[in-house]
Order: sequence, then C-alpha cells, then structure tokens
Amino acid sequence: MAKEFDLNEVEVWDGNYAASQALRQAQIDVVAAYPITPSTPIVEGYGAYVANGYVDGEFVMVESEHAAMSGCVGAAAAGGRVATATSSQGFALMAEVLYQASGMRLPIVLTVVNRALASPLNVRGDHSDMYLGRDSGWIQLDAFNAQEAYDLPLCAFKIGENLDVRLPVMVHQDGFTTSHKAQNVYPLKDETAYNFVGDYVPVDEMLDFTRPVTHGAQTEEDWHYEHKAKQHKALMDSRPVIDEVFAQFKELTGREYKRVETYMMEDAEVALILLGSSVESAVLAAKQLREEEGIKAGIIAPRCFRPFPYDLVRDALDVPTLKAVSCMDKSAPGGAMGALFNEVSAAAYTTSSRPLISNYIYGLGGRDFAIDEAKRIMKEQKAHADAGHITTNIQQFSGLRGPKLGFYETRRS
Amino acid sequence: MVEIRWHSRAGQGAVTGAKGLGSVVATTGKQVQAYALYGSAKRGAAMNAYNRIDDEPISNQETKMFPDFVFVIDPALAFTDDITKNDKPETQYIITTHLSKEELIAQIPALQDKVERTFVVDCMQISLDTIGRAMPNTPVLGAFMKISKLYELEFFLDSMKKVLSKFPQKIIDANMEAITRAYNEVK
Repeated sequence: MAKEFDLNEVEVWDGNYAASQALRQAQIDVVAAYPITPSTPIVEGYGAYVANGYVDGEFVMVESEHAAMSGCVGAAAAGGRVATATSSQGFALMAEVLYQASGMRLPIVLTVVNRALASPLNVRGDHSDMYLGRDSGWIQLDAFNAQEAYDLPLCAFKIGENLDVRLPVMVHQDGFTTSHKAQNVYPLKDETAYNFVGDYVPVDEMLDFTRPVTHGAQTEEDWHYEHKAKQHKALMDSRPVIDEVFAQFKELTGREYKRVETYMMEDAEVALILLGSSVESAVLAAKQLREEEGIKAGIIAPRCFRPFPYDLVRDALDVPTLKAVSCMDKSAPGGAMGALFNEVSAAAYTTSSRPLISNYIYGLGGRDFAIDEAKRIMKEQKAHADAGHITTNIQQFSGLRGPKLGFYETRRS
Repeated sequence: MVEIRWHSRAGQGAVTGAKGLGSVVATTGKQVQAYALYGSAKRGAAMNAYNRIDDEPISNQETKMFPDFVFVIDPALAFTDDITKNDKPETQYIITTHLSKEELIAQIPALQDKVERTFVVDCMQISLDTIGRAMPNTPVLGAFMKISKLYELEFFLDSMKKVLSKFPQKIIDANMEAITRAYNEVK
C-alpha cells in the first residue's frame, strides 16, 4: 500500500513538480518514461516516489520515447492506468505511437512540457510540440501556470477514462516559464485527489484471459474510415464530458476551468487569443491597458486545444462590441498562417460580430513575451478597429530582431 | 509587488535560495514566484534567478523584471555581470564581497550614484565559517531581511528551519548561524 505524502495546504512548486505530484496521487499502474529537458523532473520526481514507497505501480525506464509510448500502449491495452511525460524531440519520436494510442482508444495521460523543435537545437519553451500533436487524435488540455499543471492531470484521467470517451489525453505546460517557475500551489490531500480521479475501469483488457480480445488490428479501405470517423466523433463528444469533469473539479476545489477561458470579454473592443503561460501575462497587460488608456481589451484562451472548441470560441467572439482580434501562435507556421489563427478565423466567420482577425507569430524558442509588447499589440488592434480594416500585414512577427517581417494585406475595394 | 533578481553562478544555490525564500513567503499568505534563467548552463556559469512577491496572485510571466532588490552572491559577478540592468531609482543592491563598501564602489562605476542603496556582506566567508563550504544562498537572505525588513529575523529563522527540515540538524544549525551573521554584518 502506497504511503501518504505529507503535503501542506500551500506549497511552492514548479509546474514539473506539480505535475509529478498529480501523477503520484492518481496511483498509476504503469509509467514507462524516458526523460528529456524540460520535462525531466516529472520523470525524476515520479521515480523518487516509486523508490520511496509512495506509489504501488510499476516504473519502467526504457531506451527512447518511442519505446516509452509503446510501453504505455501495451500496459494500457493490458488494462492499467498509464501515464508518461515528454517534450520536444521526445514528443516527435513518440509521434508514431501517439496515433496508435488514440486509434486503440487507450486513455493514457501524457504530460507534455512544451519545448521548441530542432533545428536549431533549443531547449526552451514554444508550442511546436503541442501543435505537432494536434491531429493525433488525443484530447489536449493546456495549463497556464503551476497550479493548473497540478489540477489538469487529475482532470485528464477522469476525462480520458470516462467510458463515453476512452481517449488519451495530453496535458501541456510551457517549458521553463511554467515547468521551472515555482509558484503557490494548493494541492489536494492524497485521498481527496484519488477519490476525484476514481478507480480505473478497464475496457477489453488483454489480461482478462476469460475474454480474449484483439487490439491494434489491421483494417484497409473496408473499415479504416469507419474507425477514424468514430474516433473523431468520440473526440467531438468528449466536450460535454470535459465540461462535466471541470464542473466536478470546481465543486471540489473552487477552481474553475472552461474549455475556453475568457477574461474581460463582456465589453471588449479588442482582444488577444493565445495559449499557455502567455495568457497570464496578456491578462495583466489587458487590465493595465484598460486602466491606463481606457482601451477595452479582453483575452480569449483555449484551455482545450483538442477537441478544438469551435463552439465556445465562436461564443467568445460573438461580442457585439468586439472589432479587432489578434491570434497569437507560438509555433513556427511553416509556410502558412498560424494554426490558431486559421482555426479561430473559421469559427469567427460564422459569428455576427465578424471581428477583424490578424496573426502574430511570437515567442519561438523561448523568446520572452513582454507585458509591454502585449499592450502594443492590443493598441495596434485598436488602430485596426478605428480604421475599420487591418492596417498592418495580416501575419506579423512579435519580438523578432532584424528587419520587420510580415505577409499579406487586407484586400479592399 | 516586490521583485528580486539574483546574480549567481550555477551551483551556488541561487535557485534553491529563491525557492526557499518563496516557501517562507508563501506560509505568510503572500503569493510568490521563484524562477531562474538557465538551460544548458554548466556549474560555474553566470546565471540569474528571480523572485516576485505580492499580496495578490501573480500573473506576470515575463522573465525580464525591473528589480526592487538585486542580490549578487558571487563576488566576481559584481565586476563582470551587468548588475544594474533595468535599475529603478529605488533598486537596492546586496553584494557579496570581502571588500568594504567604499572599496567596492570605487571599482564599479555603475554603483557610484547608488551609494545609499548599495549594501555589502561577505556571504562567502560567512558560509565557509558556518556551513563549511562556499554556499552564499542562505546568508544573503539574512542580509535581505535586515535591509528589506520583510520579516523579523526570529520569524524568518523559524520559517527557514521548516524549509530545511529534510537536512541533518547540523546543517540546519549552520544555516541559521549563517543567516544570523549576515543579518548582523550587512553594511
């Protein structure tokens, strides 16, 4: 029987330690992991809990991230609660197996500490790995600070393991900005946290020898399409389950999460839409801008990146006063507009407010996102709003050294 | 909001010190951040750690800050780091050195208009005498308590005992002595 961990009402934890504590409290059967910066301390921390008797499950050290996720798939198919952690290149190496996990409908939890992808080699935080996972069939939740890096994995098990969902779930946090920044965290007692997550209910587990099953079968044009459509439906249908789990979490802790977080949007004229730790800085910038210049600024932040909350993004944008919005992508767009820009624009197209939407690329490879820069971008949105059209390039780069870079202009008659 | 920037070498315990300070502050109902700017830094490389302290939840995730306090816990970094970067008129400097305040300031032009808000303490010697090795991270917090008047010395010592509770009693006692000495010796 695992020992209870002595926790204070308030702890000063970084995002990595917070995530490792949440994994410990979920009493996972198997963690198969291969450490990589900046998520290494999650694996280290978990290994220490196992060694010190705080975990009853197995901890498997493997030879690569491909093997880590493969081990997770095997253990989950066998019928256990399973989780692991990774970042960046490790995430990229897992990519093949991520699709196996979701296609096999195995509710694995993967804590991803977001980091840039090489080349050039870079250990710092951006959203390249998070974006790489966006078509992998996993649910993707996004923590903006250390408290959320603790709370969301607890929710993730409950969401993914729900019998109406049965999908793997990633919980993202920003490398270094969140993973290595200690802040006040209010943890639950071990028993309270475990009871929230609940006992694992296996489905078609391979270790049930009385009822043999096949996992990971081959299907060609006869059935593959139906499987993929069902998998997509499961992702879309996970939305009310996510809402319900967040509601239960609020009931337990008072901490409220939504698939799309909105801040000061009730009367907003301009807004930023962004992900991760930058949301926190942007909210502070919007508050300051309201006080200092009377600009009615608001912030929209998808908490749930997949399934993409088309419904709630549309609701968030459908504010009669809203005139101009910048979607901020912290991932190299690779010859396109930013992915968040594209998805938000599609949702906005069906609203009656139809705000002007422009795109910023920012923060690549851990470039600092300054409060002043957030304010400058919101003031630029105000200029768009006053002019009635986008007065700059539609895609721009924030915090980039060297000549200004931008692409496309509004076509107007 | 109180903001602190640490100038340290990797291995001197700035991150541990920043987190330790954070842990004490959090027990008093305040909100904290403790973080560092490193990555591939090797032991001995110059690095920065940071603290933010406030009564309200802290949502500023920007790395850069305009510090209220600068701690320089390696003596050489006072000469080689840009320790007055993002200085404010009220920024206070606590610098580890074996030199007197006058001797130090005479050699560092950037501090010459900041005499009134520069303080010196020899955290290296203090930690060598008490802890037995150069570990300037806890003594600097003693000096900080004296300059900032954030908490009474007794309260801070009691709180740090809890933060260090996983260490052997001998190490805890040595750290308490180091903090107390720096509190008394900072000038």
